[in-house]
Amino acid sequence: MSWNRHRLVGAAAIAAVALGIAAPAPARAEYATHDMSGMDHMAPAPATAAATPVAGPNQVIINNFAFGPTTLTVKAGTTVTWVNKDGDAHTVTGVGAKPLFGSQPLDTGDSFSFTFEKPGSYAYFCKIHPSMKGTVNVQ
Amino acid sequence: MDDTEFDRNSAPGGAPSRRKLLRCMAWAGAGTLWSVVGGVPTPFSLGTGEAQAAPAGGFAFVQISDSHIGFHGDANPDPNGTLTTALQRIATLPQKPAMIVHTGDVSHLAKPEQFDAAEQLMKTAKLPVHYIPGEHDTLVDDGKPFFARFNPGVKTGGWYSFDQGGVHFVALVNVVGLQAGGLGHLGDEQIEWLEHDLKGRSASTPIVVMAHMPMWSLYPQWGWGTDDADKALAYVKRFGSVTVLNGHIHQVVQKVEGHVTFQTALSTAYPQPTAGQGPGPGPLKVPTEKLAGMLGVREVAVTGHAVHLADTTLGT
Repeated sequence: MSWNRHRLVGAAAIAAVALGIAAPAPARAEYATHDMSGMDHMAPAPATAAATPVAGPNQVIINNFAFGPTTLTVKAGTTVTWVNKDGDAHTVTGVGAKPLFGSQPLDTGDSFSFTFEKPGSYAYFCKIHPSMKGTVNVQ
Repeated sequence: MDDTEFDRNSAPGGAPSRRKLLRCMAWAGAGTLWSVVGGVPTPFSLGTGEAQAAPAGGFAFVQISDSHIGFHGDANPDPNGTLTTALQRIATLPQKPAMIVHTGDVSHLAKPEQFDAAEQLMKTAKLPVHYIPGEHDTLVDDGKPFFARFNPGVKTGGWYSFDQGGVHFVALVNVVGLQAGGLGHLGDEQIEWLEHDLKGRSASTPIVVMAHMPMWSLYPQWGWGTDDADKALAYVKRFGSVTVLNGHIHQVVQKVEGHVTFQTALSTAYPQPTAGQGPGPGPLKVPTEKLAGMLGVREVAVTGHAVHLADTTLGT
């Protein structure tokens, strides 16, 4: 067990404390070892976070746990299409008790379309990852 | 490195500091298990007799989590295979567990065929299984298909409790009715039920609370927390030994608060990045030979009031 590894474990714990969260509790020593080697791969972010796909008109790309563009403005009668290009599944779910629109779970590569007939501001989010939010403004 | 920072995670009363523990791990190597006894985390080594002594006279169960059956991304093209490996590992435990608790994300997209596959695989363990849903399991119709299959007989809402081995187990649902920008959520109805469920129980009864999402604000930016967890935990704080078992984040993170110990678990499917590393909590692709070392199962042994937890990866 090298001094380096010990130092790495400590560094990770300090980083976690600095973030205001509990430090990871390594299970077996091997787990800590693998966890640290995993850190090498975390630095450049998951493999799915490669080139940022560009959304076409009336399109929202889901990538890196975000809707892009976050706010889309279209004219009434426009069909908007969301495409999941992320490594995880997501949903497009209208905000509110009885949302106007909502997708089934979208696996990687799946898409969902909805036609906005009436002007207004339509907020939506991902039910699986509620921190992901977006808005469609219909003029 | 500062001892004070590591001591944040140590319970008062002479439990070893994290620094001491880490130092201990550095020389103990592969034999070291992380253990929690009666809400107080302590390390012990294999081969000293302590590990074998712990479960004597008590009973043991296993926690598995986040099997994500139906996932087919690069991070693990075969989650059925890794769940099978996890179940095989459980079958070889020296002390046969009385049951398995699955703390959610049984499936990846709540599809009937994914529930089917998961159920068939879990049956091979030939053990009773108690299921708690993850947000992936409740994507369709607020989880009704999940509850109908895995918790038949449980009332609307899906939460329940039971007693086994002198322990009172509480299974909570914090993945239904999630709001935009929000965290996990229990709701007032469930919290009132919990208050009623715990009322009149002796404070010396060990309590094990199970819920998918972390029951504390672990990393709210990624939704790693439960917005009304404090209201629920107010009712368990009077108990002398409380163990909270969570999943969701596919890694082991621990927190101790008084007599309450919080532990998230490894996934059987794929790892996720540590909090704040990368754009989001997505599947983490690691080199194939390292995957098994980042997946695992958790043994929980109960002796009297003491609850011992030991995480084992599938790579060992």
